[in-house]
Amino acid sequence: MASELINNTMRLRNLPHIWCPGCGNGILMRDVAQAITNLGLDRDKVVIVSGIGCSSRAAGYMNYNTLHTTHGRAIAFATGIKMAKPELTVIVITGDGDSSAIGGNHLIHAARRNIDLTVVVFNNNIYGMTGGQFSPTTPTGSFATTAPYGSIDRTFDLPTLAMGAGATYAARGSAYHVPQTTKLIQDGIAHKGFALIDCMAVCPTYYGRKNKKGDAVKMMTWQKENVVLKAKADTMTPEELEGKAVIGCFRNEPEVPEYTAEYTKLIERLKKA
Amino acid sequence: MVNKRLIINEKWCKGCGICVAFCPKQVLVLKKGKVTKANPDACIKCGQCEQRCPDYAIYLEKVEEGAN
Repeated sequence: MASELINNTMRLRNLPHIWCPGCGNGILMRDVAQAITNLGLDRDKVVIVSGIGCSSRAAGYMNYNTLHTTHGRAIAFATGIKMAKPELTVIVITGDGDSSAIGGNHLIHAARRNIDLTVVVFNNNIYGMTGGQFSPTTPTGSFATTAPYGSIDRTFDLPTLAMGAGATYAARGSAYHVPQTTKLIQDGIAHKGFALIDCMAVCPTYYGRKNKKGDAVKMMTWQKENVVLKAKADTMTPEELEGKAVIGCFRNEPEVPEYTAEYTKLIERLKKA
Repeated sequence: MVNKRLIINEKWCKGCGICVAFCPKQVLVLKKGKVTKANPDACIKCGQCEQRCPDYAIYLEKVEEGAN
């Protein structure tokens, strides 16, 4: 018993999922399913690749070709799939720790090559599955199991990191802003090149509890009240943007050569030689 | 015109309260940790609950004209 979208995109036998009550991952996974559906992609031509962590359970629920890989290596596996079969649409679902700590090198090099992958980060600012350790996106000063006095680390801004490494599509969405985030994911999938969509999740169980952010409703309300769309943010001063989070597309450069296309050209050239 | 019906799958509901909080018409309440329709007549079938339910436990279903 589920909606048409869920019936068409999820493995019902594996639902309900294991995520905690109020976890943003479920909302974001639905956004990904909606984005694929909106694009009218053939299920057999879509591959979902995930690593390890709460986010990465998504590969078990989504009814496509799926691969649940090792910690941090989702992008490496996805690169292999895309190189072998460039005609497939390859989507990586990963977390903040999986993509930017353990898998940080895979992330920057996939971005550098501009290989046509779509990386959707369910960014909950903490390691949820292993008990609330701080991650590279845990805000400075926040508490975590491994930061009992507050984290002194500075953070990665994932779209900025990806752009610095050469990503040709970079965006941020949020769990609360469903239509906007779905569209950003959809545009990322449609983009021929490396795309990263950093999705602000909510983790009431670890990040919320450790930092007294309240329950899922309070955390979602924070997003409702403090997330600013990029078009609006562009008209605001740095002072006005203090304490706010900006969502939207930060880069979309479709004209940059894509890696598997270049590789195919190389093969054709060498065949003639 | 296609009519819609609000469906709740109690088995999947984890009682997080997100749908209750963001329903613009206060249609929903939590009862014993599960969402229920307290004020079904006020529902405008906007789908805000369905969009944000992390557990896919509440959704709008299309019904044929005349069936509802």
